[in-house]
Amino acid sequence: MSDGATIWADSMIAAALAAIDPVVASVLLRAGAGPVREHWLDLVRELMPASTVIRKLPPSISDDRLLGGLDLAATLQSGCPVLQHGLLAEADGGVLIAVMAERIAPSTIAHLTAALDTGTVSIERDGMSLRVPSRFGLIALDEGIGDERVSPALADRLACHLDLGTVARADLGESLFKSSDIAAARALLPQIRLSDDAIAALTTTACALGIDSLRAPLLACRVARIAAALDGETDVAEPHIACAARLVLAPRATRLPAMEDDNESNEAPESQNESAESEQDDRSNDGPLEDRVLDAAQAAIPADLLKRLQDERAMRMRSSSASKQGTAQKAPKRGRPIGSRRGEWRAGARLNVLETLRAAAPWQPLRRRTQRSDKSGRLIVHKDDIRITRFKQRSGTTTIFVVDASGSSALQRLAEVKGAVELLLAECYIRRDEVALIAFRGKSAELLLPPTRSLTRAKRSLAALPGGGGTPLSAAIFAATELALAVKAKGQAPTIVLMTDGRANVARDGVGGRGEAEAEALVAARQLALTGIPVVLVDSSPRPQDKAAQLAGAMQARYVALPHADAARLSQAVMAQAGRG
Amino acid sequence: MGIAFPFSAIVGQDEMKLALMIAAVDPKVGGVLAFGDRGAGKSTAVRALAALLPPMSAVVGCPYQCDPADAAAQCAACRARSKPGGKAKKPAALKAHQVPVPVIDLPLGATEDRVVGALDLERALAHGEKSFEPGLLARANRGFLYIDEVNLLEDHLVDLLLDVAASGENVVERDGLSIRHPARIVLVGTGNPEEGELRPQLLDRFGLSVEVKTPGDLPTRIEVIKRRDAFETDQAAFVAHWDKEEAKHRKRILAAREHIGSVKVADRELEKTARLCMALGTDGLRGELTLMRAARAAAALDGAKAVDDSHLKTVAPMALQHRLRRNPLDDSGSSVRVERALNELFAS
Repeated sequence: MSDGATIWADSMIAAALAAIDPVVASVLLRAGAGPVREHWLDLVRELMPASTVIRKLPPSISDDRLLGGLDLAATLQSGCPVLQHGLLAEADGGVLIAVMAERIAPSTIAHLTAALDTGTVSIERDGMSLRVPSRFGLIALDEGIGDERVSPALADRLACHLDLGTVARADLGESLFKSSDIAAARALLPQIRLSDDAIAALTTTACALGIDSLRAPLLACRVARIAAALDGETDVAEPHIACAARLVLAPRATRLPAMEDDNESNEAPESQNESAESEQDDRSNDGPLEDRVLDAAQAAIPADLLKRLQDERAMRMRSSSASKQGTAQKAPKRGRPIGSRRGEWRAGARLNVLETLRAAAPWQPLRRRTQRSDKSGRLIVHKDDIRITRFKQRSGTTTIFVVDASGSSALQRLAEVKGAVELLLAECYIRRDEVALIAFRGKSAELLLPPTRSLTRAKRSLAALPGGGGTPLSAAIFAATELALAVKAKGQAPTIVLMTDGRANVARDGVGGRGEAEAEALVAARQLALTGIPVVLVDSSPRPQDKAAQLAGAMQARYVALPHADAARLSQAVMAQAGRG
Repeated sequence: MGIAFPFSAIVGQDEMKLALMIAAVDPKVGGVLAFGDRGAGKSTAVRALAALLPPMSAVVGCPYQCDPADAAAQCAACRARSKPGGKAKKPAALKAHQVPVPVIDLPLGATEDRVVGALDLERALAHGEKSFEPGLLARANRGFLYIDEVNLLEDHLVDLLLDVAASGENVVERDGLSIRHPARIVLVGTGNPEEGELRPQLLDRFGLSVEVKTPGDLPTRIEVIKRRDAFETDQAAFVAHWDKEEAKHRKRILAAREHIGSVKVADRELEKTARLCMALGTDGLRGELTLMRAARAAAALDGAKAVDDSHLKTVAPMALQHRLRRNPLDDSGSSVRVERALNELFAS
């Protein structure tokens, strides 16, 4: 069987499990939109009872629609507040399909995870207070290309992770199961027994694969039960455990159990030791089942796990900026409400119902008289009465560091910048400022740290620093410009801090040539100047250079020579130069 | 929401459990913050707390569940009713009933009007009456206000909470209403630091802060999964199985509450408290106060007559670690610094 066919076979099982108990066997499906994904979704739909409510959750859903809120039309009609249920309540007992799940806004993710955790949705909005049951199965469709991924908080709660990226149309087959199998399994599910050994095997395997969250083994246990039910067994046996290990645990693996040495991507060495020890423990008492489950999981782990992990890490960093590019905000819709104003109620604006009704109230007798036909208690609201809530949101600053990581002296610089990033973060997070870091070397520029306010995350991302190679200055300037524009689109104010000696030697096409590379860097610099984004150029050469000053001129940057900076001086310089010191 | 996982069945996480118990014994310690790994059981512990707490006596029909025995902390309506010579001719004893201690969720999508309370829209529209509809702060009075993902809470809501948590009173001046009501609440927040930092002002308001880590050793992890699986398979049976343990915890909290007034804090321990805070350079006196209060509650939970070194040692990390000045270049983390200071203090 080809790789694709193997993956497809597992996907079929996942589809059946999701059809049996969608709430438990939720699915994260990574695949582009296309026939393969559609085929899978069709099969799930076919397997589920026909009565199942299946709703789509678009990534840009508003809180009103997601959680519920005041139904304006009905409220005006009846003269008293009427609640409109949100999607989370409507999906109770059914299935939600989150399309483009990698683009769901963080606040929406938080609501989704809260509903998944509690099985209810709490509404505390628009003068209403309600708890509505909301137990639904979730199928999250991750269409991310390369760098975009579903939020870790959501992925953690989804049981089966499938990646259909390598499945071709030729691999597709019909479902291995019929809806009668699903019905039988559903009936059997409450009687399934799961032994302590099975629990131990799955937990041990999760540990051995470097999976930290305890949700993973828990979900694996529950998936194993469903797998047994699908099989028509009342006891969870080895194949079911292996199946759960393949679908739930393997895709979450952060390392291969045998590879403890050349494992650079492991960020928590102590946990590695612990699990290594515990692995031995198990072997000493009762190994075989654990070993076989581990083998099963390992078989399902793609061979290029380590490489993928590294890519993923880079991806995760880029995603936080990329995923928001599309949501340019013209007027802030969140933040501190600062009263209301008369206005037109268009999409996105937040209607202030109380103020609107209050504006309409004094006119009611008069309006009723002019519209005599209307005898109901209906409120008559005119366009003039509409009040929109205004929000004030402090737009924070995002400082983007762009650092030359080529050659050995530059590494020193990079370390300084790392320190400066942490200092700035420690000082800035009160003001909601963010910091990002781009390093360039060899042939390209790489986003080491996406805009973040989290010191924890920054520390983790900055742990490993690449170094050496050529100086692709123009690529770096382009990357910085792109990121700065994305930041701006988000409503933040970007500042670029570029550290370089101005001596480029790699052009964007990746080939060397000092003259060409420098000319290209100047072009990039002029383009950056056109955007009007404030730039500080820190000349990092031991003696200030013409080239760097020239570059600063081209990008209309402030020029600072800091031949022997340390992290503290650098962060001071940035604060001062960015006009915040 | 269904049945909560029993508090006593939570494996490990002793620091978090102790912090919550301390807050249940002495609400004045000022709230609990649990920050840490995904899937480590933070929310489970907080939700379990609600089921654990012994019920309290409250005035019937009062939207703020006022304490009938504590006139000073009552809302205006309850005070007016109980005061002799007020509207009621006789000092009518307030009717009381037993209610569960509120553990109120503050969901992230909440709007300001629902948190502080606002004009009752329904009555305004239907009857033209201007009346106040109490919000979440009212519901949480004398209990806990739980914010999951507290670091994602919008700024303006955080500001509101800070003020109310500090004053114990909610002042509403909006929609033409002017109302104040008691809001003695214990803030409980959970979150994952990878989603973003918490504002330092808010961090400082939390009396106790614990770092929650997923248990690292395999047997513990297996035990967690076993219990969770047993719970999900048959919730009623599982809860019944843990009933005795829950009752024990409940008794311990009740006993500690009665007993806490008589727990002595010797000058010698106070001096150690002060020296510890000085060594760590915590700002203000809030660190000392919280440390002393938490140590006293811990002693009361132990049934001890006086605070001793062991209580100080147990609660010092949770009372102090979030009050240290941040030194981002020091990788050793604040809990390590507290530990170090503790060792130095008690070695001498």
